Amino acid sequence: MSTWLRNNSAVTLAAVAAVLLLGGLVLAFTWVPNAPLEGFRQRIFYIHVPVALTAYACFGWAAWKALRLLWTRDQRYDLESYTAVHMGVIFGVLTLVTGSIWARTSWGVWWSWGERQLVLFLVLFLFYSAYFMLRYSVEPGPRRASMSAVYALFGVALIPVSFLAIRLAEGLIHPVVFDRDVGENLAGSQLLTFLVCLGGTIALAAALYVNELTGKRIDARLGELREALE
Amino acid sequence: MTYLADVGALARKDLLLELRSRDTLPAMLLFVVSTLVVFNFSLPADASPRAAYGLLWVAIVFTAILGLTRAFAAEREQRVLDGLVLAPCDRSAIWLGKGIAVLAFLALAEVVALPAFALFFQPVTWELVAGVALANVGLAAVGTLLAAMAAASRARELLLPLLFLPLVIPIVVGGVGASIADDPGRYLAFLVLYDVIFAILSWASFEYVVTE
Repeated sequence: MSTWLRNNSAVTLAAVAAVLLLGGLVLAFTWVPNAPLEGFRQRIFYIHVPVALTAYACFGWAAWKALRLLWTRDQRYDLESYTAVHMGVIFGVLTLVTGSIWARTSWGVWWSWGERQLVLFLVLFLFYSAYFMLRYSVEPGPRRASMSAVYALFGVALIPVSFLAIRLAEGLIHPVVFDRDVGENLAGSQLLTFLVCLGGTIALAAALYVNELTGKRIDARLGELREALE
Repeated sequence: MTYLADVGALARKDLLLELRSRDTLPAMLLFVVSTLVVFNFSLPADASPRAAYGLLWVAIVFTAILGLTRAFAAEREQRVLDGLVLAPCDRSAIWLGKGIAVLAFLALAEVVALPAFALFFQPVTWELVAGVALANVGLAAVGTLLAAMAAASRARELLLPLLFLPLVIPIVVGGVGASIADDPGRYLAFLVLYDVIFAILSWASFEYVVTE
């Protein structure tokens, strides 16, 4: 059983993700009561926030793998860190899109500089897009691996620092108009739905990660074989 | 002590090189003044006087980029970096020496830029000067590390601003806050925090950027 699980981890994770996400959506649309202020539309919270947390988890995972790479000099961590950043950017873009939709339904605008999470994700999106530029512009090899790792580590330092900066900038440039601390007092049904959705997005990210990593490993191996043939 | 001597020798090398060739600093001075003049025309006549402070910070960050794109040019063209990496000194000394040189260029550019700003736009306050001084440390620390990365890439000068700008957004927030907020202390403290975090991180990780 455990060997089967290991060999089919992407499939298993994808199945778990599908069950949890579908279940979470059903719960979010049918079971959870309407939010007092925002009403029905607040339910996008159950997608938006788990996706955002998953993106953070991916960036954190990438930094952890980067640290392992610098620590052990084991090159296989490079691909793992890169794939985790890749997933983080995908979920980061999803966060931007869902957040933008939420902003539109709540305040009638697609973008608000007053929304901390959105601004933070925009900064992170730019930062991690540059990560890809860096990778594509350096010859593959140990040096690229350690440079990418250092950059990925800077990313996790940048997240809290940027968050603080955005909080500071808010009072400065934009008066705080919107206050939406939905996370603070969740009822039991809301919390459970939220956790199911969070589990679903994390399982989805993990499935995509395993799948992508396998593909990239096969690609790398194929490249080596081609080189050996020539 | 040898560490400090190494750092001193490396910084002196860069400053001496600049003194003889005058490659970077005149360009930075001219650039920062030109930027301020361009900003004068990009602001509407009825803009808040405080907007000028924001533009000053854009000018400082862009000037830093201009200086940083040249920071490792000599090392790359003459393949000095290979020699430095082989030298029996701690690799982080290379970062510190280069960072001190970058900091010196940036500070000299601002010695011209701030009076020009006071002349063209708004008075320069002590909080602004303190903010600029603190921001310089962060800009030089992060910038030197990223410039070394960019120098090793094919895209080179093109890559540096892409890597650099998202990382220095917090510096701009702290700097603008220090120049226009009613309580600049918070923003100055934030700049100190940024400097400490990223200087330590850059110092510790530079070795991995320059070695194979």
